[in-house]
Amino acid sequence: MTRAVERVTGAPPDRPPPPTRRRRADAWPLVLPALLPVALFSVYPLVQGMYLGFTDARAGRGVVTRFTGFDNFARLLSDELFWSSFRIGIVWAVSVTVLQFVAGLGLALLLDAPLRLRWLARTLALVPWAMPPVIIAIMWRLLLNPNHGALPGGVNWLGEFSTALPAVIVIGVWAGMPQTTITLLAGLQTIDRSLHEAAAVDGAGAWLRFRHVTLPGLRPVIIAITTLDLIWNLNSFALVYVLTAGGPGGQTMLPMLFAYNAAFRYGEFGYASAMGDVLVVLVVGFLLFYLRGQLRSAS
Amino acid sequence: MRRALQYLALACYVAFLGFPLLWLLGTALKDRGELATGGLVPLSPTFENFGDAVRRADLVTAAGNSLVVALGTTALVLVLALPAAYALARFRTRLKVAANAWVLVSQVFPVILVVLPLFLILRQFRLVDSLVGLTLVHAVYALPFALWMLQGYISAIPRDVEEAGVVDGAGRVRVLVSIVAPLLAPGLVATAMFTMISSWNEFFFALVLIQDPAKVTLPLTLARFVGAEGQVQLGALAAGALLATVPSLLFFAAIQRRLVSGLLSGAVKG
Repeated sequence: MTRAVERVTGAPPDRPPPPTRRRRADAWPLVLPALLPVALFSVYPLVQGMYLGFTDARAGRGVVTRFTGFDNFARLLSDELFWSSFRIGIVWAVSVTVLQFVAGLGLALLLDAPLRLRWLARTLALVPWAMPPVIIAIMWRLLLNPNHGALPGGVNWLGEFSTALPAVIVIGVWAGMPQTTITLLAGLQTIDRSLHEAAAVDGAGAWLRFRHVTLPGLRPVIIAITTLDLIWNLNSFALVYVLTAGGPGGQTMLPMLFAYNAAFRYGEFGYASAMGDVLVVLVVGFLLFYLRGQLRSAS
Repeated sequence: MRRALQYLALACYVAFLGFPLLWLLGTALKDRGELATGGLVPLSPTFENFGDAVRRADLVTAAGNSLVVALGTTALVLVLALPAAYALARFRTRLKVAANAWVLVSQVFPVILVVLPLFLILRQFRLVDSLVGLTLVHAVYALPFALWMLQGYISAIPRDVEEAGVVDGAGRVRVLVSIVAPLLAPGLVATAMFTMISSWNEFFFALVLIQDPAKVTLPLTLARFVGAEGQVQLGALAAGALLATVPSLLFFAAIQRRLVSGLLSGAVKG
């Protein structure tokens, strides 16, 4: 439900001593109360949801559905709106992730340097994190309002075909940058200062030190945060739903908006789930990439 | 020269991050005449938009609903997560691997897959359009991360303290309640606040599961308010948005230090 940074850095460290048999049995009554609701309201619905993609489930029909194999997927492939939302989703997720990373790294480097204004930037960098995505969307709609907004020229940034997607991308970066920045900043602070000093003594300039000390040191953090950002952005919904609802003319129709419309405007639960399944395949692909990177940096 | 460039860059960031917030604040404080002109600073600041927002969008009902759901979610999550996190942190079981894998999975799958079956399940229990149903869903989705956070805090408590309790003849539950829980207080508070913020800000499940206007949460009300965005409503919209952000900003400010330091230590160990 909430993005959480801490998990990018791995499981909490803890090495318990070898347990006894008695202790292992003791664990169950403590874990079960949490396990049951998660199984019932999270694991089961997820599996069921993945299955719905292979059925003709519709609103009003309840759980009684017919298995239809790959019909939904075949229909997706011939649905122009699917292809355009798929393309827009990739463009959105990749641009936001890349810009978030570049801007976030820049800001993290600045916040790591002894500058005067950095407390202000540090505070500001955290604010969007606490703001509900709906509020961020409302704020930007007010800001970009063609008649009373902050930018001159009367351009309807969110309403024009050519500017809508770039505008939501910039807003996506604004909303997601704090998390990326803070994570990279945390990563920067783990890099051994003496490496920088040694490189400086050897005559390496700022760029060379960045290239050969900072970047390699940040590698695990960079892989983790960009992979997760990519997945989160691919799955994002609330921000763009309130900003444009996918418009104008489908120019900002992200995959999740497509799936939401299919399910709750047209009642096509099976079809919407098939779109969800496509997203899962993409996400699993990214995750495999992430895990491979993690393994490589661990070895 | 290099310093100057750094300051220039920092100023750009501060402007990019801060300007939208200032604009929101400025818009909320403008009177009707000034809203049409579009300057940043309100010349004759007024609080009438705040009153307007509260009346028009029925923010009070929505805020009440959000608060009930957020408090319920937090209570439920803590009651379920504390014993489970303790077990996961202190006993080596396969559950631990499964639980941590689930934290990751719960973070990456598209919610559309889970919300449809949930919608069907909750409908069978007549929990669609119900704050109880929404609370349950929020709790289940906040649980993996709460488990994860608490495990970290529990691992930081020295085992010797507990061993002493065990030697004195206290049972597991007794040790948990009277020894671990008090030591864990700061971690519990942080987890509670994080859970509250997530629930307070959550939009998608509320959008799908709540239709009854009497039961909408704050993000829902505001999102609907946007649809009615017109010249006269801009100020009220901004005021409403600000009011809705205040609680999560306050919570966030309270746990911010802890959150960032947790992050730093996580990075050091990872």
